[in-house]
Amino acid sequence: METLEPILAQHPFLKGLEPNYLKLIVGCASNVRFNAGQYLFHEGEEANQFYMIRQGKVAVEIHAAERGSITVQTIGEGEVLGWSWLIPPYRWRFDARALELTRAIALDGKCLRTKSEEDHNLGYELLKRFSNIIVERLEATRLQLLDVYKASP
Amino acid sequence: MVGPALQVGKNVIVERKDLQQLFNALSKRGYRVVGPTARDRAIVYDELGSVADLPIGCTDEQDGGSYRLKKRDDQALFGYALGPQSWKKFLLQPEMQLWGAKRDGGGFQVLSENEAAPAYALVGARSCDLHAIATQDKIFVSGEYVDPSYKSRREKVFVVAINCTEAGGTCFCASMGTGPKATLGFDLALTEVLELNRHYFLVEVRTELGAQVLREVSHREAREEESETAEGLVKKCSERMGRTMDTTQIKELLYRNYGHARWDHVAARCLTCGNCTFVCPTCFCTTVEDFTDLSGQQAERRRRMDVCFTMDFSYIHGGSIRSSARSRYRQWMTHKLATWIDQFGVSGCVGCGRCITWCPVAIDITEEVHAIRESQLSNAPTISARR
Amino acid sequence: MITDPMLSYPYRIERVLKETYDTFTLELEPRDAAGAMSFVPGQFNMLYVFGVGEVPISISGDPTKQKTLVHTTRAVGTVTKAMQKLARGVLLGVRGPFGTHWPVEEARGRDVVIVAGGIGLAPLRPSVYQILSQRDNYAKLVLLYGARTPEDLLYRREIDQWNRRSDIKVDVTVDRATGAWRGNVGVVTTLIPKATFDPSNTIAMVCGPEVMIRFTVVDLQRHGVKTENIYISMERNMKCGFGFCGHCQFGPFFVCKDGPVFRYDRVKDFIGKGEI
Repeated sequence: METLEPILAQHPFLKGLEPNYLKLIVGCASNVRFNAGQYLFHEGEEANQFYMIRQGKVAVEIHAAERGSITVQTIGEGEVLGWSWLIPPYRWRFDARALELTRAIALDGKCLRTKSEEDHNLGYELLKRFSNIIVERLEATRLQLLDVYKASP
Repeated sequence: MVGPALQVGKNVIVERKDLQQLFNALSKRGYRVVGPTARDRAIVYDELGSVADLPIGCTDEQDGGSYRLKKRDDQALFGYALGPQSWKKFLLQPEMQLWGAKRDGGGFQVLSENEAAPAYALVGARSCDLHAIATQDKIFVSGEYVDPSYKSRREKVFVVAINCTEAGGTCFCASMGTGPKATLGFDLALTEVLELNRHYFLVEVRTELGAQVLREVSHREAREEESETAEGLVKKCSERMGRTMDTTQIKELLYRNYGHARWDHVAARCLTCGNCTFVCPTCFCTTVEDFTDLSGQQAERRRRMDVCFTMDFSYIHGGSIRSSARSRYRQWMTHKLATWIDQFGVSGCVGCGRCITWCPVAIDITEEVHAIRESQLSNAPTISARR
Repeated sequence: MITDPMLSYPYRIERVLKETYDTFTLELEPRDAAGAMSFVPGQFNMLYVFGVGEVPISISGDPTKQKTLVHTTRAVGTVTKAMQKLARGVLLGVRGPFGTHWPVEEARGRDVVIVAGGIGLAPLRPSVYQILSQRDNYAKLVLLYGARTPEDLLYRREIDQWNRRSDIKVDVTVDRATGAWRGNVGVVTTLIPKATFDPSNTIAMVCGPEVMIRFTVVDLQRHGVKTENIYISMERNMKCGFGFCGHCQFGPFFVCKDGPVFRYDRVKDFIGKGEI
């Protein structure tokens, strides 16, 4: 069976990762697919993996009692979904629902955490990439918070 | 009564007793003579019936936030500096109708107004104010768009300038290179000379129109020593300015110091009352207001002078761009001394000192520049504003 | 020939289109030939509602169809709310066109990235029309458009039409969505990494709320677009439209005549500094 290594190497998230690290994490990877409308995970569930989206679109949602489900962000091809696996208590804070047929590589969080503890260089490479994403996401979220299109008299 | 053939560029002498003839010559030609007159304990610009309406024997004592009229011990006609008003009162107009319109079914019809602009003769215009008029000409007459009412008034204007012999307590035209000797924008320039037993005016004839008017006034050619005496008085005046301003690279200085703490210092004092703007001869901002009558059938658009110190001035949906007093004072001062240069090629400040005199809390623009210069932010990046 | 630039010319409202609950488009034609004007993308007019007042509104119509003047306006204040109530046949006063234009000529031969936020799409639409009308003169054409919610999206039919074309790539996103929205959710800057263009040979045109413009410029720069190739459109209080009233000053610039379209590197020292 073909390994997922070449597919992993192609995803923008792991661009530039040395081949021996790729080999290390491919053992934590699996191919996944979600149909339109299918939930990837729900708020409160154990967060055991993150997803490198290869195709499709996922809505990150929050359910507010009186307002129903609100989509706060969509994640698409080439992007990464989920970082709750990085920090305790390792639980999802949002729902994630596939808006269309979505293919992704799921990476096992526990597996990665273990390997990162064993090899800190691998851990550093992963965290470098994640902090990039988190910073960009934070900036974008702040701009979203400003609600710049709101009409004020 | 008619004098010898006059040439442009010549200096002539007009005796004090004959000055009324100048007023007469101007009135005869249909000019509305406007100039300084004492009223409400200040020297203001208004229509003058005769020489007697001038503030004869008056002088002013000016300092930060202070203006007092005092009696002189002579009968000088122009022995004072500047009052709170400037010539923009007549050229730009504080308030006016732009056009009127009436409803016409689902639409409207603009009513054309054909009122002729008045012809003003500005008597007693100081060099600083003439530079101010020149800068407003750049805005309203020389650009891509023309203000029709400013242009028609400006074209008709006759200017009798005065070379200052009495420096004001807040004057700094010498620092700004705008005086005290008048060098532009006039038809005739007078220098008043009072000696023990003589009171006369040295008159410089600058334009053909000026020569034509002066032909109807008794005059004779000036002697060299009379020209020298007059020049000496003006020179002494330039050495007695009440204030100075170092204008070295002032544009770059202010561009570099938008974040300076001094703006907080002045904001703590500034009332944003806008007095400085009202009295400044170069401030030109206006606002436009649309009105309608109660029936909604007639509408008019009016323009009036505006002040950048109001919250309204920079308001767009959502709020004002400049909501703090700090930003509004900074806007006024950096416009006047810095961005004006990039916009119009000259400084917006002519050193007349009115803003210093008429500020109720005595904020002094020369002092503010000095304070920033002395403690400027040294590591702020250079700003360029190529347009 | 404009003799009095403060004089409004009567234009007849030929068509009123409701875009969203607070945004509407007016199609205008001059009442007589004397009032006709020609405009280029990026310019604006001062629109006058009889007896109520005047506001500056960007032209949002097709520059290849000069006969009709199109303006898309958001009803936020006294004048625009009064304008929203006007029906076909009513006359509006128009003065203009004023201001600088989008670099549609300069962009020839290059990729064009248009980033619009909210009502910012309106002043950019004329550029899209003009580029599409001479499509061969340009390389890639990308339109990134962000709005507050799906209900706030403008020009939906046109965006669908553009979506179906192969010579323009349109990406739309909203700040938040509920219900049936299956498109992108996130601020418009999130669309930039996914867009395909050559940053070393791109002209970017950005319009929207000033904060959105600043974030967008930073992200465009991150992706290699130089500030001398980024153009923005700004907004300030305007009373005259041609540099007399002084209200629209932004540092040394008059937004009405040195702008509203600015090349970013020329204004970068003043943008982002508070209250200038």
